Amino acid sequence: MSAATIVSLPDQATARIPKMNFLSKENGLLSWLLTGDHKRIATLYLISITFFFFIGGALAGLIRLELLTPQSDLMAADTYNKVFSMHGLIMVFFFLVPSVPATIGNFVIPMMVGAKDLALPKINLLSWYLYIVAGGMMLYTMATGGVDTGWTFTTPLSTHYLNSNVISAGLAVFVAGFSSIFTGLNFIVTIHKMRCPGMTWFRLPLFVWSNYAASILMVLGTPVLAITLVLVVLERTVHIGVFDPAMGGDPLLFQHLFWFYSHPAVYIMILPGMGVISEVVSTFSRKRVFGYTAVAFSSVAIAVFGFFVWAHHMFIMGISNYAALVFSLLTMLVAVPSAIKIFNWAFTLYNGSITFETPMLYAFGFMGLFTIGGMTGVFLGATGTDIHLTETYFIVAHFHFVMVGGMLMAFLSGVHFWWPKWTGRMYPEKISQLAALITFIGFNFTFFPQFILGTLGMPRRYAAYPPEFQALNVFSSAGATILGVGYLLPILYLTWSLKYGEIAGENPWQATGLEWQTQSPPLTENFPEIPIMDHEAYDYEWLARQQQKEVASVG
Amino acid sequence: MSHISPVLWQFLVKWLTNFALFPPEASKIAPQADALYFFMVLVSLVGLTIVVLLIVGFSILYSKKRHPEAVQIEGSTLLEATWTIIPLGLFLIMFVWGALLYFRIYTPPANAMNIYVVGKQWMWKAEHPGGQHEIDSLHVPTGRAVQLTIISQDVFHSFSIPAFRVKREAIPGRYTTVWFEATTPGTYHLFCTQYCGTNHSQMIGDVVVMTPDDFRKWLQGSTSGHSLAQDGERLFASLSCNACHNTRPDARGPNLVGVYGSHLALANGQTVTVDDAYLRQAILNPSQNITQGYAPIMPTYQGQISEEGVFALVEYLKNLDSDYRIQQTLNTTVLPADSEGKAGGQTPAAAKAGGQGRGPGEVQQ
Repeated sequence: MSAATIVSLPDQATARIPKMNFLSKENGLLSWLLTGDHKRIATLYLISITFFFFIGGALAGLIRLELLTPQSDLMAADTYNKVFSMHGLIMVFFFLVPSVPATIGNFVIPMMVGAKDLALPKINLLSWYLYIVAGGMMLYTMATGGVDTGWTFTTPLSTHYLNSNVISAGLAVFVAGFSSIFTGLNFIVTIHKMRCPGMTWFRLPLFVWSNYAASILMVLGTPVLAITLVLVVLERTVHIGVFDPAMGGDPLLFQHLFWFYSHPAVYIMILPGMGVISEVVSTFSRKRVFGYTAVAFSSVAIAVFGFFVWAHHMFIMGISNYAALVFSLLTMLVAVPSAIKIFNWAFTLYNGSITFETPMLYAFGFMGLFTIGGMTGVFLGATGTDIHLTETYFIVAHFHFVMVGGMLMAFLSGVHFWWPKWTGRMYPEKISQLAALITFIGFNFTFFPQFILGTLGMPRRYAAYPPEFQALNVFSSAGATILGVGYLLPILYLTWSLKYGEIAGENPWQATGLEWQTQSPPLTENFPEIPIMDHEAYDYEWLARQQQKEVASVG
Repeated sequence: MSHISPVLWQFLVKWLTNFALFPPEASKIAPQADALYFFMVLVSLVGLTIVVLLIVGFSILYSKKRHPEAVQIEGSTLLEATWTIIPLGLFLIMFVWGALLYFRIYTPPANAMNIYVVGKQWMWKAEHPGGQHEIDSLHVPTGRAVQLTIISQDVFHSFSIPAFRVKREAIPGRYTTVWFEATTPGTYHLFCTQYCGTNHSQMIGDVVVMTPDDFRKWLQGSTSGHSLAQDGERLFASLSCNACHNTRPDARGPNLVGVYGSHLALANGQTVTVDDAYLRQAILNPSQNITQGYAPIMPTYQGQISEEGVFALVEYLKNLDSDYRIQQTLNTTVLPADSEGKAGGQTPAAAKAGGQGRGPGEVQQ
């Protein structure tokens, strides 16, 4: 496997990290906290979302520990409810939503379009500060007793019946929402206005397309969430009654509003991940992405259709049968672009020249697990089977296949892929391949049994469950420990590589993106001079000619 | 096997004897739901196999070792059309099949036996028309369509019977219905599947499916002595509904005899079909539901009658087919008013108590 590799590193004896780069330009804490550089902000984001990921992950560990036994013996039911609520809130709003866009997207999109920075650097910094403020509020919520609404804040439970910190949790998510609106806005403006000469829309890397689609969802969807949360807070504090049937309100209205954001939100989470997969699959098979236009437009199609499927979360909630029919049909339509993408990636491999570095292994993991996650989504999108499967562990498994199996795999793939560009150093290949394998195995052990549990009818969010579900839960918890190891390893070896990793050079992967045609780590201005895009995206022949030219001129 | 630790051994034994992979099929709809489920599993497996074969196959055939130079290909409209149209077709089949199933599960047949279910933190109360009350259990006969009319008294709950493949949300302020026909006697899980607060995972119970004979015996052995309609009649009297809805020529409220199922013209010009949901609305929110020709004088009963009380009233009105029943209540109302200490029989608190407490011997027929 390792004999053939695409990696081409400079001679380690003479290679040095470039003296001038965005990391070394200025020193001191203040130079980081007041930076306008998208790469530094991306680094701040990377550190902060990793922090929240580990809090969320620890909470997940507690959940799996409690579910080892049928009784609620490790924690009281209330504590368990708080733990899964905090797990959901932190993972969704503080990890998944900002993961790829705010870190990797922030880091590479300006370089990919050939710009010096994002269009609005100060807004970019503001968006990180909002994230930190929101995160602080969420930690405050947790430290002062937590919240037990679930991540869905369902009324009237959240507004009238719970005594926990619903308001601070709701406001934390409200603030985090603005962070994501600003990021989305920044991307949209940048992609429209800051493309370098020659960078037409159809020369953009697919990562940019998918982030563009996700940005539109962020900008249009998140305000609805913000309004909804404000209504929840008002309902709880001054009893305005919009969601209260006793005052003429409608409790279902909350669900409509919430899912109007939260369904597109899952596309906010997954689309940027799909962008990573396009880059990685192309690079490690030395091929232009099969059907570039189809993949680009399928991102946009997902974004557009994604707004019209929210009521598929409510098939059993007494919406009219005919409404359910329409939303089910639209859900089926939104499944198609995802299928298109999977097959396009698979056929990108065809006639390629494939190597199996870590990012590619994670990408393969993504394709397999996302296929399962997507197909089981169809089980839930079809109205008849949804009745039995919804609100059970089937939903939990489906969501985690898409979000952990899909998005997290894509995130790790992207982090490994752009790590050399980010730090100027390579991560250790062997151990990271092992980590990818461990993650894949642990993931399947953890979440596949949950499909069976869901089919058996085990409801989600149960602190205690009937004893016949124990065997599968033990499997799942055992798998979670393996998965935990899979996530700890990258933290360790990536940190190690900051100092001891091999010098990566400009373009260790021989990739075609503009971000690879500049030094690693890049200059604060990204490029010595604004590049001119004179070839298509993923043009490996152009790259080969380019290298020949260099050899000729040096020789 | 002595080298296996006893704990592990015990776990293995337990696992092998207690290892469920698929829920029992105990209703008429269950095999139909499972047919679609297995069709989807099959399609998923085929799809997954294709994706895995493509990835593994191409990885072997076109690894750098074997295939050092990539051959650039733009794409292929034909291939792309193939993997657009085939998944779309399959998804549409699943959509239609699923929709047929959905309509079947959520459209109760006209002759179904009705059981009322109230969800509240954290229990399920089932009210049979014959006056059997159950908590966290539901007894149903085989071979008979059973319709559940469900409501929640506080937060969202969800009434789920996995063995029947049916589930319906219990929503505050709104009736929802679901139906099933049980086929196999036995005891099955009843879950609340919508997260509803602290003891969500304790809001579980048993669905007991019995043969029609056993069910009849159970009904006889579990009756509270008076039917749900009788409870409703008593409530009708104690809330003084009959002060206006009394069938007299000069009555201030419309005659309720035979109102259930009729088409009613409202003061705002709409025509509604009177069903359970409408009756509930008309009792709790009368100002929005004035019958044509009547003054808007009915007070709201919001917050004064428990959901079980509303169910009793609805059941009473459903079965109200003669003036005589209402005349009867006029005679009985006098009794509680001066017969006992709770003189304020008309106050909200007492009315609420009337809805929930079913004191023995209070009703004379």
